[in-house]
Amino acid sequence: MLSKNDVARVAHLARIDLTEDELKLFARQLESIVQFIDKLKELDVSSIRPASHTPALKNVLRPDTIKDSLSKEAVLENAPKSLKGHFLVPKVIE
Amino acid sequence: MKLWEFTGHELLEKLAHQEITQEEILCALDKRREEVEPKVKAFVRIEKAPAPLDSPGPGAGFPGLPIAIKDNICIKNRPATCASRILEGFKPPYDATVIQKLKNAGFSIYGQTNMDEFAFGSSCENSCYFPTRNPWNLECVPGGSSGGSAAAVACGEAIWALGSDTGGSIRQPASFCGVVGLKPTYGRVSRYGLIAFASSLDQIGPFTRDIEDCSVLLKVIAGHDPKDSTSANLPVPDFLLSLGKDIKGIKIAVPKEYFSLSENMALEGITQEVNQAIGEAIEQLKKLGAKVQEVSLPHTEYAVSVYYILATAEASSNLARFDGVQYGLRAGAGSAEGADNLIQMYKRTRQAGFGSEAKRRIMLGTYVLSHGYYEAYYLRALKVRALIANDFANVFKDFDCIITPTSPTPAFKLGEKIQNPLAMYLSDIYTISINLAGLPALSIPCGFSSGGLPIGLQIIARSFDEEMLFRVAHCYEAHTSWHKMRPKI
Amino acid sequence: MEYEAVIGLEVHAQLKTRTKAFCGCLTEFGAPANTQACPVCLGFPGSLPVFNEKALEYGMRAALALHCQVQGFTKFDRKNYFYPDLPKNYQISQYGLPLASGGFLEIEIAGAKKRIGIIRAHLEEDAGKLIHEEDNSLVDYNRAGVPLLEIVSAPEIYSPDEAYEYLASLKAILKYLEVCDCDMEKGSLRCDANVSLRMPGAKELGIKAELKNMNSFKAVRDALNYELKRQKEVLESGGSMRQETRLWDESAGKTRPMRSKEEAMDYRYFPEPDLPPFVLSDEEIKTIRAGLPELPAALKQRFISQYGLNSYDAGVLTSEKPLAEFFEACLRLYPRAKAVCNWISGPLSYELNSRNAGIESLKLEPEMLVRLIKLVDEGALSNLAAKALLTEMLNSGRPADELMQEKDLAQVSDRKALDELLDKVIADNPGSVRDYNSGKANALMFLLGQAMRLSKGRANPKLIGEMLKKKL
Repeated sequence: MLSKNDVARVAHLARIDLTEDELKLFARQLESIVQFIDKLKELDVSSIRPASHTPALKNVLRPDTIKDSLSKEAVLENAPKSLKGHFLVPKVIE
Repeated sequence: MKLWEFTGHELLEKLAHQEITQEEILCALDKRREEVEPKVKAFVRIEKAPAPLDSPGPGAGFPGLPIAIKDNICIKNRPATCASRILEGFKPPYDATVIQKLKNAGFSIYGQTNMDEFAFGSSCENSCYFPTRNPWNLECVPGGSSGGSAAAVACGEAIWALGSDTGGSIRQPASFCGVVGLKPTYGRVSRYGLIAFASSLDQIGPFTRDIEDCSVLLKVIAGHDPKDSTSANLPVPDFLLSLGKDIKGIKIAVPKEYFSLSENMALEGITQEVNQAIGEAIEQLKKLGAKVQEVSLPHTEYAVSVYYILATAEASSNLARFDGVQYGLRAGAGSAEGADNLIQMYKRTRQAGFGSEAKRRIMLGTYVLSHGYYEAYYLRALKVRALIANDFANVFKDFDCIITPTSPTPAFKLGEKIQNPLAMYLSDIYTISINLAGLPALSIPCGFSSGGLPIGLQIIARSFDEEMLFRVAHCYEAHTSWHKMRPKI
Repeated sequence: MEYEAVIGLEVHAQLKTRTKAFCGCLTEFGAPANTQACPVCLGFPGSLPVFNEKALEYGMRAALALHCQVQGFTKFDRKNYFYPDLPKNYQISQYGLPLASGGFLEIEIAGAKKRIGIIRAHLEEDAGKLIHEEDNSLVDYNRAGVPLLEIVSAPEIYSPDEAYEYLASLKAILKYLEVCDCDMEKGSLRCDANVSLRMPGAKELGIKAELKNMNSFKAVRDALNYELKRQKEVLESGGSMRQETRLWDESAGKTRPMRSKEEAMDYRYFPEPDLPPFVLSDEEIKTIRAGLPELPAALKQRFISQYGLNSYDAGVLTSEKPLAEFFEACLRLYPRAKAVCNWISGPLSYELNSRNAGIESLKLEPEMLVRLIKLVDEGALSNLAAKALLTEMLNSGRPADELMQEKDLAQVSDRKALDELLDKVIADNPGSVRDYNSGKANALMFLLGQAMRLSKGRANPKLIGEMLKKKL
């Protein structure tokens, strides 16, 4: 059973502020989705290799050659906030 | 016949014979758009002067021919928002590889089409702009997530369009709108510049009004791209050579988990009208010489679960970058102080920027990857994905293609499923497995419901055998006239 | 109570590729902020990574040199966490199937050899750089996407001095392999340390602190010394440790806990779907192994046995690969190992240190040094003058003979000239001559010194010694 606390924990991991109503709604909806996907537990998959990638693809590499970087202006053009050629964010405390 | 009613290859022929000019095409499309766009709302952005923007190089085959692009494919210095508030104002500083290819071929980019936010949805209702409507019935959804592209092509606002397909996002709206939609083999078309939903499933593909246009457009956008590590290094065949062939002796499989070949034995969930239309299509294919036989894809019932685990997990990670730092929306940190300041900026930005379905999927994806659940869900899903792919591989040992309905129902009403996410997810039940297996599949019109809504037939082939799709679909199309029907709007 | 210290080191070595791990942006240090960035390393929507073949090769070289098992099947994973220096809010790293595992590094501590286990070595991308201001932080993504090899030691380091030696040995190896610059000041080598105390003989590890922000080998040693003392005090006063991350404050000479709230991290690793896996055949691994250079420990041993050098000299000569190569190049021209060794480990090393330069950056060819040594050995140049000449050679890049002529530094062995010189010394210092003749042997040294001074160091010392005795 997905509690409101579980949903709040996941929302924090995903960095999304949820309203009280959203917390309740998602707890209910995610619970029913999780019940649905629990169907997978019926299968014995102990001997199956996971298919994380298309089997045909491997060893895709590029040569160590230089490609043009973006101009500094283009890098920062979309930035909501920037200062002195940098992206600006609220103070990060270490 | 009005100019907007012609297909791309017909217009190209007219241009070649100098019967028409490119300006006349643009003018006709503009006029058509003025008539129907207020009702359909397929576009989120229209190029005011859709002149050929990029001078086509010598030998470009498509001089100035306009094309509509789904709003999740990057076009240099033009907004790309994925119909999400969180990408408000974002203009990518680069072209997607498919856009580069279109430009090189001489196309002009005509407008950007509406979609479910980040391609999360099957109805085009999850857009931060507005819902798009089905040109065949404005009360109905056009399907999704590429609903804008499908609707634009169906009602003549666009000759053709590009969409993206992660679990059916091209094929299902193509089916709902009565047009041709193709999801190429994973790796056939570069994903570079497609704003990712689920990287291991996404493919860009064409919407057209007939198979010839579809094959023409695929030829333009396909091919190996060194910028995409998952792009296949294989030659692109001349798909036109697959057209006009017969299908005598072609072995077609019909999976019993998708469709019952026995008469009057419709599977649960599938409407009677869809059942009948598919049955008739199968009869037609038999008449044309194909050998049709029932097969089993035994792990079908797990596909939706596998899909919603893998796709949301990848999405939760792909969408983590939308945080207000480099581009798009940024909310203030509110009253937070100190170390909470940054975290609050993230949380408020993402709260304000993402719509409900995006949040739900990010939450689900985060949950299935989180500590203690990875093995139960994500890893298990990867394994079942292997089983599903293997089901298809077994069928393709003996068959040339597989046929199923594209969707169990015709287009549903706006608002009908939006409150029930699981019901919405289940509407992709016939398309999802194909993405999980990485196979090529297309949807082609094969009938109408009594309410006048289109029904689509899905054809699936082996990896990198789009030629088979075109061969079977073109033959079927040549002996039917569903693709010539246009919505009265 | 004497506790036992247990230390494990996590080293991030920047692989010396020209371009970043997944895009063609340069990796040069010190470029203006955000000028070495593109849609890929910025993680712009729609961009995709493609791995740099050199980064894979360099990673394999390092792993094999550290005696690791390179895996035949390896892949990238995503490590998910939100931080503004991480453009995508995930780092492309390796989790389940790292490039290599199970190696070791040999160090020498108090004359004895000790093996430190290497648990794993994996490839990953670097993050950007944060600059903290009064109310905000600034982000520069030039470094984002630079290829790193993370090398994780086993908790088998038992003192700060061992940690120092481990780092020094690791640096020497990586530099020999030419896969990393190992410049901690420029961040091309970084080190975090896990440190804990336990009762002697205890099997279980104590509760550890993770130390960060150490910018030199010395800082690592200092931080560990401080932290061990701190932990000992906590334990001895009856307190208990808590697992935490602490930052080394160089100026205060202390570690302090991080101020940001620590939460249990949940990185939600999963296979990176944008990057297909790598299948490395035994052949490929063999080829890379065969291409490995002779590593510093082996080279030092060979110098000792082959050239009869002592351990110290051999250590100096093999401290940097180019220096060792220079030494052997000189020997091929002039096989007097002891003389060449003395010149390189003495005057030349002194010059390199004072210039803070490596031999490879100087305009000194082996032929040039050998010529200088020969001039000394043949008596054409005094040792003193030769040292001065070496400085000139390094400054100008010109050969010894030319400079010797120009500066008039050739040793004077001409008897007539020396005769005149000594006559002048005798005439100028009658007191010392008297002293010598009355039996004070020291006076001879003084007179010789005067002669050398007068000749600006060019007089052949052996010759004037003999001649002066005769004259007196």
